[in-house]
Order: sequence, then C-alpha cells, then structure tokens
Amino acid sequence: MPAGFVTYIHMQNRAFAERVPISYNSRPFFLCGTTMSTTATQAARRHVVRFAGDSGDGIQLQGAQFTNASALAGHDLATLPDFPAEIRAPQGTRYGVSAFQIQFGGDRITTPGDAPEVLIAFNPAALVVNLPHLEPGATIIVDGNAFTAQRLKRADLDSNPLEDGRLDAFRVHAIDVSDLTLEAVKPHGLGAKDSGRCKNFWVLGLVLWMFDQPREPTRRWINRRFAGDESLRDANLAALDAGHAYGETMEIDGTLAQKHVPEAPLAAAEYRTITGAEALALGLVAAGELADIELMFCSYPITPASSLLHHLTGLEEAGVATFQAEDEIAAVCSAIGASFAGKLGVTSSSGPGVALKTEALGLAVATELPLVVVNSQRAGPSTGMPTKTEQSDLYQAVYGRNGDTPIPVVAARSPADTFDTAIEAVRIALRHMTPVFLLTDGYIANASELWPLPDFDSYAAIDTARPAPGSQGAVFERNPATQARVWAAPGDAGYIHRVGGIEKDAQSGNISYDAANHQSMTDLRAKKLAQVADYMPDQTLEQGVMGGLAVVAWGSTYGTIYQAVKDALAEGYSVAHIHLRHINPLPSNLGELLTEFEAVLVPELNTGQLATVLRDRLLVDAIQLNQVNGQPFAVADVKAAIAAHAPRRMQEVNRG
Amino acid sequence: MAELTAKDYATDQEVRWCPGCGDYSILKAVHRALAESGADPANTVFVSGIGCSSRLPYYVETYGFHTIHGRAPAIATGVKLANPELDVWVVTGDGDGLSIGGNHLLHAIRRNVDLNILLFNNEIYGLTKGQYSPTSRIGTASPSSPGGSIDQPIDPAQFALGCGATFIARCVDIDQKALPGILNAGQAHEGTAFVEILQNCIVYNKDVWDDVSSKKTAADAQVLCEHGAPLIFGKARDKGLRLNPRTLSLEAVTIGEDGVTEADILVHDETNPMIAELLVRMRDPLPTAMGVIHRRTQPAFDQAYRARKTLERKTRVKDLLRRGNLLDRR
Repeated sequence: MPAGFVTYIHMQNRAFAERVPISYNSRPFFLCGTTMSTTATQAARRHVVRFAGDSGDGIQLQGAQFTNASALAGHDLATLPDFPAEIRAPQGTRYGVSAFQIQFGGDRITTPGDAPEVLIAFNPAALVVNLPHLEPGATIIVDGNAFTAQRLKRADLDSNPLEDGRLDAFRVHAIDVSDLTLEAVKPHGLGAKDSGRCKNFWVLGLVLWMFDQPREPTRRWINRRFAGDESLRDANLAALDAGHAYGETMEIDGTLAQKHVPEAPLAAAEYRTITGAEALALGLVAAGELADIELMFCSYPITPASSLLHHLTGLEEAGVATFQAEDEIAAVCSAIGASFAGKLGVTSSSGPGVALKTEALGLAVATELPLVVVNSQRAGPSTGMPTKTEQSDLYQAVYGRNGDTPIPVVAARSPADTFDTAIEAVRIALRHMTPVFLLTDGYIANASELWPLPDFDSYAAIDTARPAPGSQGAVFERNPATQARVWAAPGDAGYIHRVGGIEKDAQSGNISYDAANHQSMTDLRAKKLAQVADYMPDQTLEQGVMGGLAVVAWGSTYGTIYQAVKDALAEGYSVAHIHLRHINPLPSNLGELLTEFEAVLVPELNTGQLATVLRDRLLVDAIQLNQVNGQPFAVADVKAAIAAHAPRRMQEVNRG
Repeated sequence: MAELTAKDYATDQEVRWCPGCGDYSILKAVHRALAESGADPANTVFVSGIGCSSRLPYYVETYGFHTIHGRAPAIATGVKLANPELDVWVVTGDGDGLSIGGNHLLHAIRRNVDLNILLFNNEIYGLTKGQYSPTSRIGTASPSSPGGSIDQPIDPAQFALGCGATFIARCVDIDQKALPGILNAGQAHEGTAFVEILQNCIVYNKDVWDDVSSKKTAADAQVLCEHGAPLIFGKARDKGLRLNPRTLSLEAVTIGEDGVTEADILVHDETNPMIAELLVRMRDPLPTAMGVIHRRTQPAFDQAYRARKTLERKTRVKDLLRRGNLLDRR
C-alpha cells in the first residue's frame, strides 16, 4: 500500500471516524511521511473511461454494465452519467451526445476523474464534443463506419477529424464497429435495425477486454433482459463476445495492450454498487422501519428527481406507498395530508418544483407536521439545464419562504451517503415535528459508487411524537427539549382538534391574532430549529491538519474535494476538509472550529450560497471557489485553489 | 357511544362570519347531518382551503384542517389515501375551489376520491373584500371590476360533470329541509360527492340568488330532482320539464295546457349523465335544478389505491440492502 493511503471504506461519517482518529491539534489526519505525488504512483492503479454517443445508443446502459463488471472485479469506482435532456435527440448532432464516465481501479476512488484515459466515441459529434476533456496521449476508439460525409455534416464538421490532424496528440483506433457488429450477429437472423443496435455490446465487449473485466455480469443481464426473445439475446451475446475477441486480435497485432487492474484493497465487508436515487429510496424506507411508521411518498415527475419516485414505487412491499399527484403543489399537499393522518409524508422534486411547493411548506411549519422534502438540484434559473448538476438551491432551502419560517436542511455528499442522510432527515422531522429539506443533486442521483452494506442492526430506532393508543391529552403540549407537539391524528379519540395555517394560540391551538402570542410562536419556531443542533454530532474534519486552510463544503463536491485535499496534503499543504451534512442549523461547534484556521475556502457549484450562509450565521469571511457549468468540479481546479490559499506545512515544519 | 345531537358537533369557538351570512345556515345543516348519520368525531375530518367558507372546520367538533388557498382537495386526498377509514369532507368556495384551486378540484373529482366536497357558491370573493369571482355573472360590478366583469363565468355543477363526477347535488344555503339530507347522501356516496350550495354573501353580493331562492320565486325557479320521479315544479305543481327530441333540449311546459299530460314530463334518472348535462345547464327562464342531479357507481380511487398499495411492511430493509450485484470481501 502506498504511503498516504488511508482507507478504502466509503465515507459515512461514522464509519470513518471509527477507523481514523481525528485530531484538532495540528496532527495530520494520516501520516505524510513522503512527498509522494498520488497521481504519479497511482496512475496505473486508476483508469478513467468515457463512453459517448447518441442518446439512443445505449451509452448509459453500457456505462452501468461496465460499472457492475468493475465492481465485481473488486475495483473501487465512481461514475458520472452526463446526458442531454432530450430523450432521443436527432442522431449525430452535437447537442444529442450522451456520455458516461467512470473512474475505477485498485485504489480509493472518490471522483469520476478529471480527464479520460480512454474515450469511446460512437460518432463524429461524440468525438468532437468530448475532445476538450482529453489530455494528450489519451486513447480514442471510434466507430470508423460513422465518419461518413453525411454524419460529419450532422456534427457541423467541415473536415474529417480522423484525417485533418486534430487527433495527432492522441492514440486513435478507428474500428469499423458497425460492420463488425453486423457480421457478428448475422447468424441470429435479426433485421438491419436490431442488428445495428447490438453495437453497444460489441464495444462493451472490447472495453471489458481492454481492462480485463468479467463479461459474466453483462451476460446475466442480457439473459434476463432478452429472456423472451432468443434471437435478440443470442445476437447481443455474440456482439459482446465478438468485441472481446477483437481486443485479443488487436493485442496480437500490437495495436492495443490489455491492462490488468489490481483489486482495490477494500476493507472486509459486503459491497454493492448503488446510485444516489437507489440509496435515497432505501434510506427513506429504512427510516420508516426504524420509526415503525408507514411512508406516503407523494411526487410529481421532474428531472432529475423522478428516479426516486420510480425506485420507491418498486419498494412498496416495504411500508411505503407512492402517489403521483397532479402537480408539485398537490404532491406536497397530499404528503402533508398524509402526515396529518398519521403517516409520514415525503415529497420530492427539483428546484422549479420545490418553488411551487413553498407555500405548503409554510403550512407544515405552522401546523408542526413532520414532512421530508427532497430536492434533487439541477442547473437553474427557471427550467435551466434539467440534466446538469448544480448546488444552487441552498438559498431556496434555507431562506426561501414568506414569514419567519425556519426549516432544517441536510445535504447528502455522495450516492451512498443519501442512505444515512435520508434517515437523518426523517429523524429530525419526527423528533421535532417539522418539515425537513434533504438536498441532493442530479450528479448524486444518477452517479453510482461501491457501497459497503451498512450494519442495519446498529442503527438506533427513531422515536415519534405519536400519542399512546387510547390516551388523551393536549395536542399542543410540547417536549421542552425538541419543541415537538403531540402528533395526534384522526382516529385518536382523545385528541380531536383543529389546526391550520392561521397563527394559533401557543397552548390551545385555536386561532389567535394576539400580538404577544405571535411573538412567542415565532420565538418557539426559532427555538425548535435551534434545538435540532442539540442532537447533532460535532462537526469533524474529513481529513487534514488544523491551522492553515479549511476547505468547507457540502453536497456532491465531496469526492472531488476529498481527493484534492488528499493530494494537497501529500504535497505538504496545511489544509483540512470539512464537509457539512447539517446546514440549517449549522453544527454548534463549527464557528469555533473555523476560528482555528487562517483561512476558509468554500468551493461550490453555485455563485457562493454556502459562503453566504457561513457569513450570515458565523461571520466567517470565506474565500469562494465557484463553478456553474453543469459539471462537477475537476480535482485539479480545487487543488489549484488550495495551492493558492493554503500555507505549506512542510516549510513551517522546517522553520520550526 | 351515546347518541350525539347536532349541538354536540359544535365547537367552543366563537363563529366569526358576518351577521346574516348564509354560512350560519350551512353550518347548522352540517351539524344536523353529522348527528343524523351518527358520525364518529374521531374518524371524521373537515379539510378546507382559504376564504369565508373555509373557516367552517373550526366550528365542527371533529378533526379539522384549515389549509392553504385552493389546496384542500389535494390535502384531503392525502388524508384519505393515508387512512381510507376516515370520513373526509372538503369545504371550499367558488374562488378557492374554482379559481386558485381549480386544478386540484378537477383531479380529486376525476380520480373519484371518496370525499364529500361542499362548494359554497356566492359568486363573489368575500374575505378579500368583494372582487368578482369565476362564477360571477358577466357585468358584476366589484372593486376590481367597477365597470362590470367581462369574464365568462363557470357553472360549478357543469364543471364537476365535465370532470367525470359520480355524484352532483345542488341546494340553497337556507334550505334546512333538504340540505342535511343532501349532505348525508353525499357522505354515503362512495367516491367524490360534489355538492354546490348556493350561498348568500350578505355584505358583498347580497341576494344574488334571490331569483332562485327567495320565498316569492323559489317554487317556480327551482325543480327538485328525485330519482324515478317526473321533473315537476311550480307553486301549483303544474309545471314540468319536457325533452324536446328535435332540439335535444329541455323545455318548461304546463300540465293541462296544450295537451300536455304528466306522462310527457321527463322522469329523472340520476344515473344518466346526458340528463345531468341538460339539468345542470338550466338557467332562467328554466328552473334551476336542485337535489341529487347525478349519482352513479364507480370504484372509489382510495379503495383501488389501497388495494394495490397496502402500506404493509412485508420486506425488511436488511433484505432490500442485499438486492443487487454483491461483492463479498469479508
């Protein structure tokens, strides 16, 4: 194991804290005995592959299959699906290009990688759109059959990139994939259209060969998927094998060498790959089980949030029922109705839909009903870029309501982390009788990672404020530690009451326009939010040293920042990574923790929203690093910002 | 449980409607209906939106939820899907239900959620001080339409019929004889019951229904629809509705005149949506249709929903976690 290499366990805070002692006394998070550059030594341990083609080419399917194969081969991995909003955009156009990037290998992987080592381009548009992602020396595999005059024109190309010299810096393999696929599937008697559609498996076979990955998971998938159609099944299997065999011939003639990727030294556990939307669905169901309460998930389809609705609908055997409402407002309202009736209402959307739900969130705050609102953020404003990721709905979650209407906000940092974040959101909602925002984003929802299965028996049960059966009492009697009222619901004979959005009397719950009462109700709502922090763990460092630069972030930038800070530490910078799960309220110790650093850097995929919250709540003067191009940060960009603002620790040591 | 009287369904809250408001009469009918049906206060829920009508839940001794403008049908749908055992009532008005909340009303009705929806129609916005509403007749002068409104109004019962309602009734606010029975008929209906109540706003649209409901006009201006009975009306019970097959429309005729006999009068069939269509459209000089205009059987959404989505926890999370491509590195 190289020095500077700590653990391969993915990053539930808790699991991490157990393994690695974190110190605030300027002691490094891990030993940095050498100045080894992680990129140099680990280059062979990690690979970045990008598949690109038309949105109808099955690119995302290839990516998912490659991901499974990689996981079963024992590699750690992180993926980035990057696709257009159009379902099947006109073929061969630049705007119709769909891509899937994966970083995998025998190392700890937290990002999909900055620059692909291998680009697979199914057509000229996919090639030119993705060229800017590549560094010189990268391998490019294209379908040579696709570089016809007509298709070049579709891609707005005046000359053929295979011939005009613009690929000189790369290793290019133009393979007649379409012809070779047709030949491979010929014995299975498909029509021309179906035959052509097998080429994604041909290419997958080749790429699996390139990295010595197993074909078995894909074979199993094809057998399941085409169980009802023998010729489709056999043709796709034949294409997969033919692509694989083609790789072997390329090795023989010396044009391509197979790479053997070592297994990642994973900690002992059972692992699976999981996307953010899957883990979030599981987390919500798990929270319901921990609270012994049924969930009503009420939603209206919107990209990129719809996959949560789909996954939860597939989990209806586990104490959840989904309801597709007529609009975003009805979705949140029916969820609130379910919570009023004693089930836990959950709703989900993306920014524009959350905007529509806003008035109803005020009702949930006023009536003190539990509710979880999931926001899978996307680029805005308005419709913005539905399939591109952004972190620009933080203001909306923290501040975006009429009146003084506090709502707790938690954020997930990675696909697997949505599991624990969902449980935390439900815990807060039920403990304090309040709506809770759970922020995730398009990147987390669609990306996947390798996840060590959690030990579910170790999760604490979630208490609710539901009254004991047959009891009677006052609905607005509060728990002084949480400000939760009694969660009485229709059917509870001892608690018949009326509630509404009009200001209510603090004791009786009846309508009250009394001046002093409104003051005390407003104070109470603020106190409820503040008391959420009483149950939150202290903020810790993900890694790094005290005293120099604190990189403070939230959400899906986790993996990139983790890698950038790790690299910077190895190079001797005095830097630490602080990643927030709780944003409203902030962890009680955060203010004090940040005073122990010279500077604070806040990288965000927005124009500086967490930076604003930190200034607002803690009077911290943060340095901002912002990007809003619809893509995750590159590790290199975050590292450059760290280098610009962090002191060199080694120099300090030398001076001392 | 001891038998409850109408009084037992009143709360200790002071009723805050204007003196003389039609809502008082409707509230009284609601209390009476609940007592007559023996409603269990713990399992009855009144959900309302915003507006004068929507204050009603505060005055009914059951569970109540005064929500936000226009959204009562959506919230009530959530309540009913979460617990189909509950009797769920929705109280709304012409502004709340047909303007800001028209979409939710549409979808609650077309899904046929088992809700008893009472729409108080006074053809005006009361709580915002008298602006014209989506049911105001053309020419309604109001603070926001001093020269008279120019919007084409919508008829609530026609709207409900267009949404596929399985129960449509109409009644006047002060009709204490008919209203409790109509409310209970709606409550008993499986699916969405839509009850339009012609309500008098004493401050902003006083006597707007006089042409239909005043003592002087009522007998001739209303026809009470009773399933299986001929559609006869008039002080002397000598007028009736006859179907003109040539124009496919209803016409008012007098029995004994021009050779008209009772056999010529259309017999009400509440299950026939074509008859309902003709009845809800009737306006002066034809009488306004009252009572249960339309009622037919269709499975309620909440029943179908819960048959499929039981909310039972049959699979545990520990098993769900392992559903995937597993890599065992223990």
